[in-house]
Amino acid sequence: MTTRTGAAMAPSALGDDIRRFVSLTFTLAATEFKLSFFGSALGYLWSLMRPLMLFGVLYVVFTEVIRFGEGIKYYAVYLLASIVLFTFFSETTSGAVTSLVQRENLLRKMRFPRMVIPMAVSLTSLFNLGMNLVAVLVFALISGVQPRWSWLQLPFLVLILAVLSVGLAMLLSALYPRFRDLSPIWDVVLQILFYATPILYVLSIVPDEYERLFLVNPLAVVFTQMRHAVLDPQAPSVFEAIGPDVRLLVPMGIVVGLFALGFWVFKRETPRIAENL
Amino acid sequence: MLAFLDLTATAPHTADERQRALQSKPPAITVDGVNKCFRLPHQQFVTLKQRALHPFQGRTYDELHALRDVTFEIADGEFFGIVGRNGSGKSTLLKCLASIYDIDSGRVSVAGRVSPFIELGVGFNPELTARDNVILNAIMLGLSRREARSRFDEIIAFAELDEFVDLKLKNYSSGMAVRLGFAVAVQVDADVLLVDEVLAVGDAAFQQKCFNEFDRMKAEGRTIVFVTHDMSSVERFCDRAMLIEKGRIRNLGQPEEISRQYSELNFGASAHSLGGAAAPAEAMPVRILGAWCEDEQGERIITQQQGERCRACMEVEFTETVNDPHFAVTFRNAARHTILVTRSEIHGPGGRYEAGDRRIVCFSFVNLLASSRYELTPSVSVPDLAAAAEVEDMASLIVAAPHWSGGVADLPHELEVRRP
Repeated sequence: MTTRTGAAMAPSALGDDIRRFVSLTFTLAATEFKLSFFGSALGYLWSLMRPLMLFGVLYVVFTEVIRFGEGIKYYAVYLLASIVLFTFFSETTSGAVTSLVQRENLLRKMRFPRMVIPMAVSLTSLFNLGMNLVAVLVFALISGVQPRWSWLQLPFLVLILAVLSVGLAMLLSALYPRFRDLSPIWDVVLQILFYATPILYVLSIVPDEYERLFLVNPLAVVFTQMRHAVLDPQAPSVFEAIGPDVRLLVPMGIVVGLFALGFWVFKRETPRIAENL
Repeated sequence: MLAFLDLTATAPHTADERQRALQSKPPAITVDGVNKCFRLPHQQFVTLKQRALHPFQGRTYDELHALRDVTFEIADGEFFGIVGRNGSGKSTLLKCLASIYDIDSGRVSVAGRVSPFIELGVGFNPELTARDNVILNAIMLGLSRREARSRFDEIIAFAELDEFVDLKLKNYSSGMAVRLGFAVAVQVDADVLLVDEVLAVGDAAFQQKCFNEFDRMKAEGRTIVFVTHDMSSVERFCDRAMLIEKGRIRNLGQPEEISRQYSELNFGASAHSLGGAAAPAEAMPVRILGAWCEDEQGERIITQQQGERCRACMEVEFTETVNDPHFAVTFRNAARHTILVTRSEIHGPGGRYEAGDRRIVCFSFVNLLASSRYELTPSVSVPDLAAAAEVEDMASLIVAAPHWSGGVADLPHELEVRRP
């Protein structure tokens, strides 16, 4: 028997029961994931198809037409891996933008921790990422990449990416009910990020004077380190690329800062979210 | 048959006892000075572009006070009704109780777990199957995954949708979806159930099922807040009821009283046009100035409880000398059937009146009419002059009765069962 009084009566972002929060997030994400899986005949193939198609097009353009990838070891694997990782980022954030408005009927009728919604969107993308990473690793092994202990860095890199994505997911989903043009704006931002991040190219190609500027972008940090740890130990690690390690505080600060900002904004918007939809 | 008689004989007694028992319990829900105001922006949405182009332009909006200074308590185990016209703030109040909306000021406290059933549903995803939706919603309402799975069969059985568990919700009819939603809401064993308009859809069989479920939950001592437009179910189930109008509590009390007031609110508007709005032709020797009903104390009334004494009155003014006029009032029900005609001539000669005389004529009777809305048509005929004055539907009376028998009047009767 709990008595909810005063401020506790307001719709809350996190709720007071962490287990319920987790189980709810997981159930929502799992049902969503199942939907994309069984919703169409090809299920999983479709979720893999998008990054694969993009990869196929870019691969042909950059190895056969522009002949750009030739000097880069395991260029194909790098391209696929970074596309898959970026897909996770873009899927999470752009999915989150409209997530609250799409689940209006839940928010208007049920009492549950509001943060569950962007979290579930992120978790669904994380499931997808897990499936896609399996495909990437298989592809890497086929291409001749040797498994190494440093592969164990991958979960940590994914974690950084996930924190960044979830932070933005909270921020964007909370702001969208107020600013409805956020959706097209974010699409453009994602496109800019796609080219500003070493996906089609690798960081070592970037002129030295810009290299550090590129590494302000946390995505670039993750992808560069991924290349070093997973694909090619000869490729510079992010620590080598950025110079003094203390500079890493900038991209990591952005990750943590965006997460904190997203959390704060979402929490602030929570009490009125249901009526502003 | 005997049991039935027994039950009715003791019913008021137990109701009283129940009232007393409820009053001694601590409140399950306390609402204290609650205000809720919606800001309705003039533009539906603001974009970042507009913000960037006009950074100093403030947003303009209307304020809608959905709830104003609402204060009441609901006892633990009470069946509490909330009635009011559309837009009066009922659903907003329910959403505040369910903490779906935040309140502007005041205090709301609810003891225990709340299960809301608001605006015909608990929020289903149309793309998911009934099975997934039920599990998801049960978890949202506070069950664990395991509990949700174990309740699943009961929920489906209650909704009588066994054949459709693997059908996507978008393929459900609206009635089926409501049934499923209500089944989830009642089966999660919440301490407080908030029900909004469950009876509005669903077939007769499902309504009966809801009624049975209400009886069961009432007997179990669960707290239920019930929003509806169906006054007979308010009178049947609620321990107390509350009438809200424009966000304020208009009255809180016995369900019969509240339901009467609610009918008044709905149908009472025409009563203001009482008085000689429709004047008869100039040539008439007599004019009807007004018609109304009053109770025994002479208070004008629009609604009346069945069984009370009613006086149907009209005020007339004579413009010529008239001998032996006949006064009459015709009662027609909502179906425009003539139910009752009261006539003065059967009581004897009407007397003589001079020009300029004004009289109030009243017919008094014990009101045994069935519950309905009645329109009163007063008329005066003057046989000597072969003239008559009549104003159609000049007044109305709503009769509230505890039971609906199906007839046009409920005459007192006794029951006797004997062997042939």
